[in-house]
Amino acid sequence: MFNFALNEEQEMLRKTVRSFLEDNCTTEFVRTMLDDSNGYSPKMWQEMADLGWLGLNIPEEYNGMGMSMVDLEVVMEQMGRAILPAPFLETVMASEAINLGGNEVQRQLYLPRIASGELIATLAIDEPEGYWTAGAVNAKAVQESDGLRVTGTKLFVPYAQAAGLVVCAVRTAEGKCATEGITLVLLDPKAEGVTITPLNAMDEAYRLCELKLDGVKIPTCSVMGEAGKGWAILDKVMQKAAVLAAAEAVGGAEKALEMIVQYSKERIAFDKPIGSYQAIKHRCADIFVDVEATRGSVMYAAWAQASGAADAETSASVAKAYASDIYVNAAQKILQSFGGIGFTWEHDIHLFLKRARRLEMAYGDASLHREKIAGLWL
Amino acid sequence: MDLTFTPENEKFREQVRAWVKDNLPEEWKTTNNALDQEVRDRINQKWDKKLYEGGWAGISWPVEYGGMGATMVEQLIFYEEMAKADAPSGLMHGKGLVGPTLFAAGSEEQKKKHLPPILRGDVIWCQGFSEPNAGSDLASLQSRAVIDGDHLVLNGQKVWSTWAYLADWIFTMVRTANTTPKHRGITYVLVDLRTPGVTVRPLKQIHKEAEFCEIFYEDVRVPIENVVGEINKGWYVAMHTLNNERSTAYLSTPIRYKRQLDRLADLARQTKRNGRPLSEDSSIRQQLAQAYIEVESFRFIVYRAISTRLQGEGVGPEAAILKYYMSEMEQKMNELSMSIEGPYSQLLWGSARAIEDGYWPHVYLGNRASTIAGGTSEIQRNIIGDRVLGMPR
Repeated sequence: MFNFALNEEQEMLRKTVRSFLEDNCTTEFVRTMLDDSNGYSPKMWQEMADLGWLGLNIPEEYNGMGMSMVDLEVVMEQMGRAILPAPFLETVMASEAINLGGNEVQRQLYLPRIASGELIATLAIDEPEGYWTAGAVNAKAVQESDGLRVTGTKLFVPYAQAAGLVVCAVRTAEGKCATEGITLVLLDPKAEGVTITPLNAMDEAYRLCELKLDGVKIPTCSVMGEAGKGWAILDKVMQKAAVLAAAEAVGGAEKALEMIVQYSKERIAFDKPIGSYQAIKHRCADIFVDVEATRGSVMYAAWAQASGAADAETSASVAKAYASDIYVNAAQKILQSFGGIGFTWEHDIHLFLKRARRLEMAYGDASLHREKIAGLWL
Repeated sequence: MDLTFTPENEKFREQVRAWVKDNLPEEWKTTNNALDQEVRDRINQKWDKKLYEGGWAGISWPVEYGGMGATMVEQLIFYEEMAKADAPSGLMHGKGLVGPTLFAAGSEEQKKKHLPPILRGDVIWCQGFSEPNAGSDLASLQSRAVIDGDHLVLNGQKVWSTWAYLADWIFTMVRTANTTPKHRGITYVLVDLRTPGVTVRPLKQIHKEAEFCEIFYEDVRVPIENVVGEINKGWYVAMHTLNNERSTAYLSTPIRYKRQLDRLADLARQTKRNGRPLSEDSSIRQQLAQAYIEVESFRFIVYRAISTRLQGEGVGPEAAILKYYMSEMEQKMNELSMSIEGPYSQLLWGSARAIEDGYWPHVYLGNRASTIAGGTSEIQRNIIGDRVLGMPR
């Protein structure tokens, strides 16, 4: 039956997640994480696991909830509102990669531990000379008798310092095209030869690291799927990750808009609340339109992924291109509307602007995704 | 979320598709550019009658008024198929605007008299709301009516009345009292355009078409039973008209814009600059992709509005942004077509060198009205700010 709306369970999920995060992930809490050594709260991580969120996408046979991309979309919007300081997206996408591309032993080994909150996982794709595309993957893996030996550098790896598992893309062969010869491996970040260096990222509520791999040994049991065929899995995972990053952006933009709308009713200038001036009102209206239009594209993209629609890939790029642009634009314009207070550390709007910049770059920026749309369409 | 249709829905879709295929006027197929206003008007009038003969005229109307009482999803399917076939839109003021207004606020006599001929396509209606000094600020309208026995006597001027030169009747708003606030002294009345004292004058627009008209009322005597609702309560009646203007009218638009988009892509593929098709130019590709993003997102705005209605909820925030988003999106697409055509975008219909007979620049000019007509983009943003976001006035 045709219905472009959340069902009752999804509405319930939305309320539960929002209420948990409003209680536990206030901006005061986010600020305590900015200079926390972990960059996330293990206690909150465990609570989220207990609520089932870390296993939302994991099949029930591996102790997950077996829910869909639409459910994840609902959750991610709320996390965007809260500027969640934790590698939720990467952990969920790592489990997605393992479920899609791993073997039964790997699924049994990792998925229940991710769902239970015991294991934080992340994704290592980008490198210094390239990002977001197959051509970026150049960390060299050499075949040895009992596994691979990997040398290279992975960049912008979220929360590598906190992770117990890294789903890492490496190059096992030079193919005719860049998508051939990529292999996904399950890397132990504590393994010999791995050096993790935190990067001084603008969004301190989302830790990014550099991963130096110097002859790191990957046992055969940690290679995912067929060697050289990793891109097919990674591409699917990155589509989903792009949709979910877009959902997070929509949530963040929505919350930032609520903040300026509230302020515009209270702040008086020239004897009137600033919200009565069209310079502010029309800007807010435009941001509202952007948020609602993007939300529709993200909901559709999530549904398309979940239902295997023919345009699932295009719609993921539609969602991510749109969301990348609108969140940055909204955060910048809202900061401007706050005036001087918006430029202070004390005010929360910069947390949103910085998260907007993080999400803009996650899993492809707007230009990349627009070019993907053009490539699939024209 | 579920965007699939039931087997019954699909069967219905087949029926509509088959009917359109058999009935689409030959003349329309050959003059698909529809650049000729006269041809377009003639076809639209014939099409309305044809829809009636086929039993489709009342697709959006309740059964009690002779309509089909189709579900929202069936209406969506119907309009989608019409759009896919590039079918004419017909003249929508009767079925789309005054009809639904009469369901909500008309007297039994008014319904009996006016609804059947609207459905048959026998009587054409136009709208008389805006005035030279009352556009966005519609409540400040100055056309007046005084009560003289069992008649209203109208004096004043209306403007932007689309298709008034074809119309038989007008639904119009006039001032019957000087009140504060101004909208409490307005009356909604139906006027036969053949009444002595009514003058209709087409207004030449920037692209040389003249769909809009000016209308002059000079001592026009209208029977008082033609008032819809009560004297001085016309503003609330007009809200039914305007709400309708912003709802079912949109069902065909996602597909119509998708077809425009495909056409724009073809234009880029076929237009070469320095020996290379513009579909390979990275800047044009970015802009086309952005248009694609917006057309897709518009589709979902419409879907969400439909779903809100299906759930029996009032008009949600999606409806408030429909008109604004659509008109801005349309203009951006038209602007992109100008960029793709480059210097050829200067050439209009009639020039042998014009691309596609000057279709895109003609549409570009014509659609400068999109963000003005039916509530300017500035007014739409006020509505969103005031009513949706609750910002101070």
